[in-house]
Amino acid sequence: MSILKPATIDAIKHHQSALLDGWIANLQQGGSLSDNRISRDDVSRQAKEFLALLVSASVAGDVADLARTEWSESRQFLETLSRSRAMQGFDSHHTAHFIFSLKRPLFDLLQKTYASDPMALSAELWAISELLDTLGMHTIRAFQKSREEVIRRQQEELLELSTPVVKLWDGVLALPMIGTLDSQRTQVVMESLLQRIVETGSDIAIIDITGVPTVDTLVAQHLLKTVTAIRLMGADCIISGIRPQIAQTIVHLGLDLGGIVTKANLADALALALKRSGLSVTRAE
Amino acid sequence: MSTPRSGTYAIRSEQDVVLGRQAVRKLAQECGLRLVDQTKLVTAVSELARNAVIYGGGGDMDWTIVEEGARKGVQLVFRDTGPGIADLKQAMTDGWTSGTGLGLGLAGAKRLVDQFEIQSAPGQGTRVTITKWN
Amino acid sequence: MDRIPILRMGSFLLVTIQVDMHDQLAMTLQDDLSAKISETSAKGVLIDISALDVVDSFIGRMIGMISGLSRIMDAETVVVGMQPAVAITLVELGLTLSGVSTALDVERGMKLLRERVQSQ
Repeated sequence: MSILKPATIDAIKHHQSALLDGWIANLQQGGSLSDNRISRDDVSRQAKEFLALLVSASVAGDVADLARTEWSESRQFLETLSRSRAMQGFDSHHTAHFIFSLKRPLFDLLQKTYASDPMALSAELWAISELLDTLGMHTIRAFQKSREEVIRRQQEELLELSTPVVKLWDGVLALPMIGTLDSQRTQVVMESLLQRIVETGSDIAIIDITGVPTVDTLVAQHLLKTVTAIRLMGADCIISGIRPQIAQTIVHLGLDLGGIVTKANLADALALALKRSGLSVTRAE
Repeated sequence: MSTPRSGTYAIRSEQDVVLGRQAVRKLAQECGLRLVDQTKLVTAVSELARNAVIYGGGGDMDWTIVEEGARKGVQLVFRDTGPGIADLKQAMTDGWTSGTGLGLGLAGAKRLVDQFEIQSAPGQGTRVTITKWN
Repeated sequence: MDRIPILRMGSFLLVTIQVDMHDQLAMTLQDDLSAKISETSAKGVLIDISALDVVDSFIGRMIGMISGLSRIMDAETVVVGMQPAVAITLVELGLTLSGVSTALDVERGMKLLRERVQSQ
């Protein structure tokens, strides 16, 4: 529990505009205002808004515990700020600099206020310093979180891009899989295949694994599960392009592909699919 | 530093199982779980809630929205004060049933979620904690 | 008490499950359906579950049971419209409904039933 002295709060309240000027000057020195990704007006506005929040929160009470409700607005403000900085492509240093630039003007103000009382000065400096550090840390944490979200979203987008489900014929879908399959990717791919089966009302799905160099137990099991799930939905599945190494792996692992239709290549699989749909291909003479 | 949200649902009857499923579906949507993960979680809820009603003589389901870094998830605790399970290892094997024709329940539910923990002893009820992340 | 309606279409019975199933409802459906099969000498049963967003082991087993039951009573069962997420979950749960025939939608299910009945 640590509460700022009334004199400190008064000083901050009465010198808000001076503090803001000092803060903005510091931000400028740090290069935060000469970046074309964000306008000077925006930064000034954010500084002004945050200073107001800081004053009202520190009046309300404890400055040592940011988890308390009086700080919730300040926290939210910093989280929003961090998120937008992360989206704009700033680094964590730049983002935290926003808070740390306020230290200098606040310290200057405290020095003036407590010029005749070194004991009080050191106590208040300590409290303010701790507060700003915690706020800074919170900003960095929020920044980190936003970055992680961005990365996660990009990963998901990448996954979706790398899994095209193509229509080969009316009622025949194909999923050409390329590259190493990890279990997460397999899962996403399979889900999009199942979804497309429903959307297009396709009776037959071909999973082509010609472009897959190796298959481990987990991936093989996912393949098997997908085939079963497709059957439950009422469609059929053909697996094509099983390389010799993969066939060996499957046999070595003792996995049972019983009941699953396999074909050497995509062409054979398509031929079978057409035959099952009651179609035949003949040369036009 | 957002505040975790939580609550409790009573699970006493079959109707409560249905209501519990619907409530968890909403939570899962809030946490941004993909449709397949929502379905897996809700199905696990159905299994565990039914166990609580049939074997535990009714119980409660505590829910919490949990966060870890950028991830969000739903954590559920199923508590009952029923007879408990003597042989947990056996109860967790596939297809095991205590004779009413149900089974798969525990082992199946475990496969549907990311984290699964069970505590039980004869006469002390059963407590199952599951978590599913987005 | 609520019941799931069973519609008669020629020699087939059509069941569309549109409510969130609880166990008693499932048991009642099983009883009603077997009574109806014997009453109408139906040759086929079509169960549309496209509106179900959860099928747990109990409901899954009930579907398997209905299928087995109808077979004994000389009727084919086809389950249609299972949602992808439900199918994935059932497989993960370990329920593959191996004896149950499936189709993508009601139309295809009907076609499958007719073929099955004709080939008998």
